[in-house]
Amino acid sequence: MKTPEHLKYTETHEWIKTEADGTLAVGITDHAQEVLGDIVFLELPPVGKRFTQGETCAVIESVKAASDIYMPVAGEVVAANDALVQSPEQINADAYGAWMFRIKPDNAADTGSLMNAAAYTGHAEK
Amino acid sequence: MLKTTPLNAAHRALGARMVDFGGWDMPVNYGSQIEEHHAVRRDAGMFDVSHMLAIDLLGADARDFLRRALANNADKLHDPGRALYSCMLNDAGGVIDDLIVYYFSDEFFRLVVNAGRADKDLAWLASLKGSYETRGNPPTGLPSGRIPSCSPKSGAVSEESKRPLDERANSALELRPRRDLALIAVQGPNARERVWQALPGTRAATEAMRSFQGVQLGELMLARTGYTGEDGFELMLPAARAEALWQQLIGCSVKPCGLGARDTLRLEAGMNLWGQDMDESVSPLDAGLAWTVDLDGARDFVGKAALLAHPQSRQLVGLVLADKGGVLRGHQKVATPQGEGEITSGTFSPTLGRSIALARIPLGVNVGALVQVSVRDKQLAAKVVKPPFVRNGRILVN
Repeated sequence: MKTPEHLKYTETHEWIKTEADGTLAVGITDHAQEVLGDIVFLELPPVGKRFTQGETCAVIESVKAASDIYMPVAGEVVAANDALVQSPEQINADAYGAWMFRIKPDNAADTGSLMNAAAYTGHAEK
Repeated sequence: MLKTTPLNAAHRALGARMVDFGGWDMPVNYGSQIEEHHAVRRDAGMFDVSHMLAIDLLGADARDFLRRALANNADKLHDPGRALYSCMLNDAGGVIDDLIVYYFSDEFFRLVVNAGRADKDLAWLASLKGSYETRGNPPTGLPSGRIPSCSPKSGAVSEESKRPLDERANSALELRPRRDLALIAVQGPNARERVWQALPGTRAATEAMRSFQGVQLGELMLARTGYTGEDGFELMLPAARAEALWQQLIGCSVKPCGLGARDTLRLEAGMNLWGQDMDESVSPLDAGLAWTVDLDGARDFVGKAALLAHPQSRQLVGLVLADKGGVLRGHQKVATPQGEGEITSGTFSPTLGRSIALARIPLGVNVGALVQVSVRDKQLAAKVVKPPFVRNGRILVN
């Protein structure tokens, strides 16, 4: 299980990367893709839509099952990775390269409530 | 505590993702389910299916008993090694289990039943055996020459039938569960060739063997059967020999495949899964299995009266998702002009590259019709097709 140090994590297995412009890129963790198995479908939120923290904002389906993706912090979707919708298997190949959408957080400090790599590793191994 | 097969350590050594599969610790995949799926369609893959149970029926009454116990007719089995697919029904005509029965001699049949149903099947068969022996089929081994008309829930229970099966003297029918056997299914266009490479001594005896035919070679049984829609063999052998054979097959480039790929392969092949596509509340006639039910003639079998009283009321069809927007899954509702139906099994088909399903829908909806499936919060169009979706590597629907 790979868990890069420079990312933040949620209990629901999203990773969050703070970009230079202050937006947040969101994907699912290596652990999540491994549990889901081969990913065959991805539905992303429309750009411009606002979500509260913890709200369902995307759907991912593997051969096995469908799962929701939850908004890690409150904010507005400012970009969606449409290329990933065309080839969702990229999430299996490179979970941390496969960003799904970017958000502009309502409050940049909200990322402070997210888990660091060590905390997520402990959570995922439970 | 999960049950384990003789290959459990081998799966773990291969890095398999293990899951609780009906109480069994089984590999769902060894990496990519889709790659395993393609290996079976294009080359050769193998599955540990030792969680399934072989039950041997021994004794002079075995055929007569099966004529009564199974919805398909054991009288179709004449050539040694011949196999037959059948449902075993309850009195109401619901499917207790589906199984394959192999005929080796008039005193030796072998059933192979689903893992999750094995205990139920054994108890059911034992109860049928008890009533069979009570109702004019004394356990003497003498042919009775007539069709038993027993019902498992009627008739007096004799002292004989209350005793454990193996204590009954002179019984002409013995049920022998074979937990001592391991089962490995080797499937794919090159599967037989790889088995012959691994076990050169088996080639001569199996090269001319046709589909749904098996043979006993010492401790090993090979049958040209499977659950993938591809050619191949199912191998049964003593548990102690299983890992050595598994490793030999890996050495012959047979790819280990998990139960995940087994499910997508069987669904593409249009094969039912007990617990999803049928169960004890579903008639085989409503599960696309009328072809396996032999209602002809005077033979009486458990569930026959119920099937005759209740003809087919729904149909099991294939669906191919026409819209993008998700994956078809079990329990999704299907809207048709003739009324509502439901998906019984759904998945993403690696061979078609789109989502497919089996669905139970009202009669009168024809092949080619478009229906609407509720996928999460959306209505997606799907086309009604006649399964199978894929056979022998070829896509059969469009």
